[in-house]
Amino acid sequence: MTSSIAWQRRRAAAGRVWAQFRTDRGGLIGLAVLAVIVLLAVLAPLISDRSGLDVTHATGGILQPPGNGFLLGTDESGRSVLLLLLWGSRISLLVGLAATLLSVGVGTIVGVLMAHFGGWAQAVLMRVTDFFLVLPSLVLAAVLSTVLTPGIGSIIVAIGATAWPTTARLVRSQTLAVESRPYIERSWALGAGHWHVIGKHVLPAVAPLVFANTTLNVANSIITESTLSFLGLGDPNSPSWGSMLHNALQTGAVTARAWWYLLPPGVAIGVVVLAFMMCGRALEAVLNPRLRER
Amino acid sequence: MGEPLLELRSATVDYRTASGLVPAVRGVDLRIDAGQTLGLAGESGCGKSTLAMAVLRLLPRTAMIGGEILLGGENVTDMSWGRLRAVRWAEASVVFQGAMHALNPVRRVGDQIAEPIRLHGKGSVERVDDRVGELLEQVGLPARRARAYPHELSGGQRQRVMIAMALACSPGLIIADEPTTALDVMVQAQVLTLLSRLVDELDIGLLMISHDLSVLASTCQRLAVMYAGRIVEQGKAVDVLRAPRHPYTKALAAAFPTIGDASSRLSPRGLAGDPPDPSDLPGGCPFHPRCPSVLPECSGTDVLLRPVSEDRTSACLLEVEP
Amino acid sequence: MTSPAATPALAEPSPSARSGGARYVLGKVGGAVVSLFVIVVLSFFLIRVLPGDPIRLLTRNTSLGAAQVAELRHQFGLDKPLPAQFVDYMVGLAHGDLGVSLRFGQPVSQLILRALWPTVLLVGVATLISILLGLWQGTRAGWRRGSGFDRFSTGFALTLWSAPTFWLGMILLALAGSWFPTQGILDPDTPPEFLPQALDVLHHLVLPCLTLVAVLYAQYLLVMRSSLLEEMNADYLTTARAKGLRDDLVRDRHAVPNALLPTVTLVFIQLGFVVGGAVTVETVYSWPGLGLLLYQALSDHDGTLLQGLLLVLAGAVLVMNLIGDLLLHVIDPRVRAA
Repeated sequence: MTSSIAWQRRRAAAGRVWAQFRTDRGGLIGLAVLAVIVLLAVLAPLISDRSGLDVTHATGGILQPPGNGFLLGTDESGRSVLLLLLWGSRISLLVGLAATLLSVGVGTIVGVLMAHFGGWAQAVLMRVTDFFLVLPSLVLAAVLSTVLTPGIGSIIVAIGATAWPTTARLVRSQTLAVESRPYIERSWALGAGHWHVIGKHVLPAVAPLVFANTTLNVANSIITESTLSFLGLGDPNSPSWGSMLHNALQTGAVTARAWWYLLPPGVAIGVVVLAFMMCGRALEAVLNPRLRER
Repeated sequence: MGEPLLELRSATVDYRTASGLVPAVRGVDLRIDAGQTLGLAGESGCGKSTLAMAVLRLLPRTAMIGGEILLGGENVTDMSWGRLRAVRWAEASVVFQGAMHALNPVRRVGDQIAEPIRLHGKGSVERVDDRVGELLEQVGLPARRARAYPHELSGGQRQRVMIAMALACSPGLIIADEPTTALDVMVQAQVLTLLSRLVDELDIGLLMISHDLSVLASTCQRLAVMYAGRIVEQGKAVDVLRAPRHPYTKALAAAFPTIGDASSRLSPRGLAGDPPDPSDLPGGCPFHPRCPSVLPECSGTDVLLRPVSEDRTSACLLEVEP
Repeated sequence: MTSPAATPALAEPSPSARSGGARYVLGKVGGAVVSLFVIVVLSFFLIRVLPGDPIRLLTRNTSLGAAQVAELRHQFGLDKPLPAQFVDYMVGLAHGDLGVSLRFGQPVSQLILRALWPTVLLVGVATLISILLGLWQGTRAGWRRGSGFDRFSTGFALTLWSAPTFWLGMILLALAGSWFPTQGILDPDTPPEFLPQALDVLHHLVLPCLTLVAVLYAQYLLVMRSSLLEEMNADYLTTARAKGLRDDLVRDRHAVPNALLPTVTLVFIQLGFVVGGAVTVETVYSWPGLGLLLYQALSDHDGTLLQGLLLVLAGAVLVMNLIGDLLLHVIDPRVRAA
């Protein structure tokens, strides 16, 4: 009975958030761009032929400029750049999202534990968080994904293991704020256990800002994934935008000024990251009025 | 009598908002002569702080000032930026409330006091330090405290620094906006005594703003009560408080705090309701919804200040009867 | 980190910072020592305990026989039990010995030392330029929030930040490759005197530095702007205006010093980001610094080199962070309160 009231209120609050979000032009554009890209990525198997990614099935000439049926030219193995771009989006988005979910998950758990239990748990976890916050995350992620067999899975783990501290700090400060409110005290007085307070009160209250933070985190994850792939740590059988650029550098496409090969992946990464950032900033501004005037 | 230090003639301040113009000050006439002290009383939202900030044009860009604000005979609203900057602090200075936030946290207080002195060219390098020390001693702080940072001082000490700073360029007028609001009762008394003494000694004009009548009563010769952007009563402070001639003043005066009871100060006893929203004022006399002596005519007649006795004006229909 | 202008709340001096000066310094130094030790241990275990030991890493894609692999393992002392290896490691570390690179066959410490100064040069120059540019522009953009200049600055910075650093480097390479050298740090046929060598280095420095500046400057711009916006509604700015100060002086003498404090802290916290940027830039331009070395170690699965690099890079960032904490203590009078 009471939970349905709580859900009604949350739905109403979500409606208000959306209404406010709509007023931010940047956020709306970002959202639209993302919708298009995600749609294309999801529909890729339907609108294109995956076999073209196989090097042995490449039909084009080497590093050909656009023309001859190849809208964006060909790469160093004769594959269509457009096809690579399309299928690369799936990898980049997938890894970005998965890695973010991992890091946000870990961060939220650590953050809640720190704030909720306090004492030495907080002291230890705080040191750990600060430690990871300061470390050069790219270096650590690169080493991690080398040591674990290089591939998409290890990239996801590597990013997840290095990107959680900011979420942890955010969740910690939010949890502290929530738990200082009177209704939490009342909950304790009524005999609520730890998990009840965390599950029914803290997490729902913390969720909106974590969601906004997640959006920004995805932007970061995508950049990190592309950088790791660029450094050669991706899966050679599943090209992502980063590995496209890795190949471009390794095979001299740069000196050959093969702009049809150099521009699209980078632009794609930039556009997607920028879109996530605009959405994230708009969301943050809605949920945290202090940031509204950024 | 000479030229008044500060004179406001039909001064108005409107704020530009997304939903149109909101009037914060709706026509105020005021006059302070050299060496005079005037207290401006009222609840929050009545426009008193807006009025004070308007004198030196310290309001945000969305504010539009109308009427005449004459500082030493010059109309402030007509001044060029250069002239305005020269006048600021040198002719009139401000003692803000909440000195913790009104002082720059990362600069030493001596530096901040010296800043206007150097800016207005009132002293050579060596003399500035001496002057700062002098000012600090005038407000009862040792000269070496000039090297302190704001967070190293107590609330009362910071407020004294604000006063010292306000005196730095020997202005003719000091505007004190809620100078004692954030302070304890005892410290409050000290600061007020200090202010009165200085104003007296240096023959400075003082415009003091407060929601607290007791504060104003002890420091000011004259008193003006504001409500909904207008002055509703004005006269000699002692007289106004002893025999108020406006229902609002009566309610405020009746709420004189019991000595030592801090909480009673902030809410006028026996006055129901809230101050009106400036963007949505009631018709007629703006006070009529809360007035204990309201008459039927009050909701339809907008009452302006008119003299009701020797050196007293009031804006109430009841008092108009001869 | 999330958005480049992550809330300056991250930069609040911790409660312990408000206590006595010596206690603060000792606390921070002690913390850094502990962290350094953790890094030392972490580097060791990362390369060994996780699935894959250095030799396996190294020989993963080669066709060495089992006997040869075993021989290799023995050569590098990696067939000893783990605790023994750890002792070797710690002892070696105490003598500045970071082991021998599996791929290069040279002492890791030597390789790192040789690669150190190109990275320091690149990062140093780029950071300096980025800070100057970014803080200057961020201040003016934030002060006139919403103006054309502000909107342009923010949009430009966001775009630069969104594009991957290495890609910017590649584009710059493709565009300007005919006017500036695109690889390495020195031409082999430059005369060996100091001045021609120095000029040649600078000539080679231009493109990589420009690339690194592009992304760093965007970061600092957004951080400074955000910090300034936090100060904009402060009462002491009204006081400054009331004193008759000109608008730009109010900004420069009052708002900026206050906004600089969280900015400085954030700049130091995000040094890890700078290191990451340096790695990618050096890879693109084959700039012979620690970043390129890391790239080579990664491609060749060179376990000992990776271990050493992780140690050095992470350690360097930790030390810089310590310096940043101590610096804040010096420049923020509130933190200094004894």
